[in-house]
Amino acid sequence: MVLPNYEAVIGLEVHVELKTQSKIFCSCSTAFGAEPNTQVCPVCAGMPGALPVLNRQVVEFAIKTGLALNCEIAGMSKYDRKNYFYPDLPKAYQVSQYDQPICRTGYLEIEAEEGKKRIGINRVHIEEDAGKLIHQGAITTSSYSLVDLNRSGVPLLEIVSEPDLRTPREACLYLEKLRSVLLFLGVSDCKMEEGSLRCDANISIRPRGETRLGTKAEIKNMNSFRSLERALEYELTRQMEVLEDGEEVVQETRTWDEGQQATFSMRSKEEADDYRYFPDPDLVPVVVDQEWVQRVRESLPELPDAARQRLMEQYELPAYDAGVLTMTRDTLDFFDECIRHYDDAKVVSNWIMGEMSRLLNQHNLEISASQVSPSALVRMLRLIDEGTISGKMAKTVFEEMFTTGKEPDVIVKEKGMTQISDESALEPLVVQVLEANPEVVEDYRGGKTKALGFLVGQVMKATRGQANPKLVNQILKRHLDKS
Amino acid sequence: MELCGLTVHELKDKLKKREISAADILDSCLQRTHQVEEQVKAFITITEETARETARVLDEKGEYPGLAGIVCGLKDNLCTRGVRTTCASRMLEDFVPGYDATVVKKLKAQQAVILGKLNMDEFAMGSSTEYSSFYPTRNPWDLKRVPGGSSGGAAAAVAAGQVIYALGTDTGGSVRQPAAFCGVVGMKPTYGRVSRSGVVGFASSLDQVGTITRDVTDCALVLNQIAGYDHMDSTSANLEVLDYTSSLVPEIKGFKVGVLQEYFQEGIHPGVKETIKRALLKMEEMGAIVEEISLPHIKYALPTYYIIAPAEASSNLARFDGVRYGLRDLEADNVEEMYINSRSLGFGPEVKRRIMLGTYVLSAGYFDAYYLKALKVRRLIKNDFDRAFEKYDVLVTPTVPTAAFKLQEHARDEDLLAMYRSDIATVPANMAGLPAISVPGGFVDEMPVGLQIIGKAFAEDTILRVAYAFEQHTDYTARKPSLGVK
Ligand SMILES: [Zn+2]
Repeated sequence: MVLPNYEAVIGLEVHVELKTQSKIFCSCSTAFGAEPNTQVCPVCAGMPGALPVLNRQVVEFAIKTGLALNCEIAGMSKYDRKNYFYPDLPKAYQVSQYDQPICRTGYLEIEAEEGKKRIGINRVHIEEDAGKLIHQGAITTSSYSLVDLNRSGVPLLEIVSEPDLRTPREACLYLEKLRSVLLFLGVSDCKMEEGSLRCDANISIRPRGETRLGTKAEIKNMNSFRSLERALEYELTRQMEVLEDGEEVVQETRTWDEGQQATFSMRSKEEADDYRYFPDPDLVPVVVDQEWVQRVRESLPELPDAARQRLMEQYELPAYDAGVLTMTRDTLDFFDECIRHYDDAKVVSNWIMGEMSRLLNQHNLEISASQVSPSALVRMLRLIDEGTISGKMAKTVFEEMFTTGKEPDVIVKEKGMTQISDESALEPLVVQVLEANPEVVEDYRGGKTKALGFLVGQVMKATRGQANPKLVNQILKRHLDKS
Repeated sequence: MELCGLTVHELKDKLKKREISAADILDSCLQRTHQVEEQVKAFITITEETARETARVLDEKGEYPGLAGIVCGLKDNLCTRGVRTTCASRMLEDFVPGYDATVVKKLKAQQAVILGKLNMDEFAMGSSTEYSSFYPTRNPWDLKRVPGGSSGGAAAAVAAGQVIYALGTDTGGSVRQPAAFCGVVGMKPTYGRVSRSGVVGFASSLDQVGTITRDVTDCALVLNQIAGYDHMDSTSANLEVLDYTSSLVPEIKGFKVGVLQEYFQEGIHPGVKETIKRALLKMEEMGAIVEEISLPHIKYALPTYYIIAPAEASSNLARFDGVRYGLRDLEADNVEEMYINSRSLGFGPEVKRRIMLGTYVLSAGYFDAYYLKALKVRRLIKNDFDRAFEKYDVLVTPTVPTAAFKLQEHARDEDLLAMYRSDIATVPANMAGLPAISVPGGFVDEMPVGLQIIGKAFAEDTILRVAYAFEQHTDYTARKPSLGVK
C-alpha cells in the first residue's frame, strides 16, 4: 500500500517471552497452558517479604539477542521499578530496565522491496511479565475478573526499533526477520497466538519530502502478522484522512479491533501515567564483563542471514527458497537433515515449501510437530527416483505419511501403490488399448502426435494410475511406429 | 531472681546443668506476661500453644543446644508460617503467611521457644509504637512513656521480662532507639549481614533485622544464629560469619574511639549529654583513646533519610492493594474505587503520610531534585564514615538525644518533626549500611539512656567488644524497670 503524497514513519516495540526453565526472579516454571495459578510462589505473587533473585540465564539470553542484533552490550545490568496499579501486577510495580538497558544501538537487516535495508534497534531491555486477567464476559460489562499469575514473572525482552520502517509491509518483514533471529537463537518460542511474541507500533505520517516527524499514534493489540499489517494500513489511511480534512493527528494510544478491522482510541497523552521509575533496591546490578560477552559471542549459532547465504551458495537455491527455508530454525534444521542424505537440494526445498508447508498450514502445525521425519521424506524421494512410485503417487503417500506418521515403504505396500515398471506386464495392456482405439491410432499415424497422450492415458487408467508412464510411452511408440 | 528476668547465657547454663527445663522458662515468661501485659501491651499475638509444644518436645529430649528452649518474641513484620503477621496494620490484620522469614526459619531450626508477635509502629513507620493500628505499647520503666519505636513491643517485652530476647527490624533506628528507651541492648548489623527474606519491606536499601537482648553477651549469642548469607536475598552478603562470642573481651586499651560532635550540640537533652560524657570518661579510664570528630555531611542524614525511605516505602507498600490478600473494600463498584477504599481504610495516618511523601519525591519533575540528590548525599555520608574509620575503630554518639518521651507528647502534626528527630543519631548507620549497637549508658531521671557504638561495615565483632567491655565496667544492664508510673 502506497500513499502518493505521504510517507509513513513506523517503529515497533516488540515483547518476547524468554524460554528459560524458570521465571526471572523465582524458581516457578514458565511452561505455557497450565491450570491458572499453579505456577506461583510468594515471590511472583508479590507476597509481603518475598524477595527477587535474578535468574542469570535471562541476562545471558539478553546478551545473545543483543549480539545477534548488532547491539552494544552494557557493562552492567541494572534493574528499575516501574510503578503502577493493575490487578494483574502483584507487586504494583514491574521490574524493568529504565535508563540503562542491557543492549543499545544495533540493527537488523531486512529484504525490502528495493533491496536490503537496515532497520535500527534503539534498545533491548529485560523486564518481567505481568499476570493475566480473565474477565467474566466482555471487559466492559464483566461483573468480575479473575487473576491468573502463572505468567507473572516470566522473563521478557523488549526490543525497540528506530522509526526506520516506511510501509506496513516493511514492518511485517522486520517482525518476521526478528522472529526468525530469535528462533535461531533459541531464546523464545515467538508464538503470537500464545502471547510469547507481542508487538506494539508507533506510527505517524508526513508529507513526502518533509524531514520532521508527524504526531504519532501508538497501536496496540495486534495479535498476528496479518493484523499488524492491516492495522498499520488502516492507521495510515486514517491519519491521512485527518490531515486531508485539515485537522491534526492527536498523540494517543489506539487499540486494533480485529472484529471491526479498525483502530480505536484508548487514551490520549494527557492521561499518560507517571511510572515513578527508580532503581530496585531489592536487586543488585549484575556485572556483564567482556569475558562473559565474548563467551556468549562464541556460542552464537548460525543466524538466518548466514544460513540464507549458505543455502544460496552451497546448494544454488533461489533466494526465495533460501528465504523460506530460513524463516525458522526448525525448518532449516529439517532441510539440513534431509540434505545430509539426499543430493538434490531443489527437490527437497520444493517438497518442504510445497506439500509440507501446505499440510502444516492446513493443520495449523509447526514443522517441529510434523510426523514426517527428514529421513522419511528422503526415503520417499528415493522411491520416486527408483521408479517405485510416480511423482503424483508420492503426493498421496506424503499426505498419508503426514497424517499417520507411517514410513513411505509401508504405505506403498499397504495401498498396493507400487508403480508397474514391468514391460511384460504392460505389453498386453498396450495391445488391448491399441486394438480398442483404431481411429486414434489412425490419427496418430496421420501426423496428430497429440493422440499419443490419449493412448497413454488409457493405459494409465487401465492400471489405476500405477503404470510407469515413461515406460508406457516407450512401448506405445514402439508399437505405433512398427508398421 | 525469676527465670524470666535472666539472660540467655544464664538460662543456657541452668539448662545445661539440668537445674531447669524449657517449660520452666516458658512458665515464668507466661506468668510475667499475664501479670504485666495489660499495662505494657507488648504483644499483638501470643502463640502460647506452639511455644508449649516446642518446650515439651525439647524437655522430652533433654538437650538444649544453641538457643533451644529460650523464650523469644518476634516483631510483627517478620513473616511466620501459619501465624498472622500484621505489621500492626489494619491492612494485614488477618494476613497469615504461608512461609517463614529466613531469620524465623533459623530460630525454629534452633528450637527457640517463640512466644509471639510483638507490637510496632504500623509497617515500622514511627519512633514510639503509638502508630500501631491496634494500641500503643508502654515503657516498662514508666508506663506513661513510650517504649520508642518502631520495634517498641520487642524492646518493652525484653525489658519487662516477657521474653528473654527479641528480633526487631531497624530502618532508621527502629531497634536501637527503643532499646535505648527501654534500657536494653539493641544491635543493627551491617546491611546484608542478616537476610531480609520474609521481612515485610519498608525501605529495602535500609532495612535490617536486629536483636534486642538484656546484655551484650546475649546479643552475640543471638547474632550468631541469625547472621549469614541467604540465597533468597540478593542483597545479603556472601561473607564468612565469625563466632561473635569470641569478641567478648572486657578490654579496649588503645582502641580509638571517635565521638561525633554533631550529636552533642543543639537538640540534645542536657541530662543525656552529661550521661554520655560520663560514659566516654569511663572508656578513657579503660584505656581507650577518645577523640572528638566531626563528619561534614552527617547533618544531611536525617532529611535525606526522609526522602529515600518514603520513596522506597511508597513502592514497597503498593502491593497492599486488596487484590490478593489483606484488607479489601467489598462495597466498591470498580477496581479503581476498590484500590482507593482499601488503602484508605487499611493504612493509618503516618503510613499514608510517608506513601504520599515517597510518591511525590519519585514523581516526574521532582525525581532529580529529591531522590537522585538524596542518593548522592547518601554517598557523601558513606564517604565521611569511610574516612573516619581510617582513623577510628568505632564512633560513638548518644543513641537518642533524649530519654523516652511521654505518650501523646508528639501527637500533634506540628510536633511530628520532633518525633522524626528522635532518630537523628541512628539514621546515619542505616544510610551508610554500617553496624551499630545501643547499650545502656546510664540514667536520666531514672529513665535509661543509650550509648551508640558504630563500626565499620561487617565489623560487628569490634562494636561487640567495645560494648561488652563498657558493660563489664558499668552496672547499667543490671537495673530492672519498676513497671510503675512515675
Ligand atoms: Zn514464583
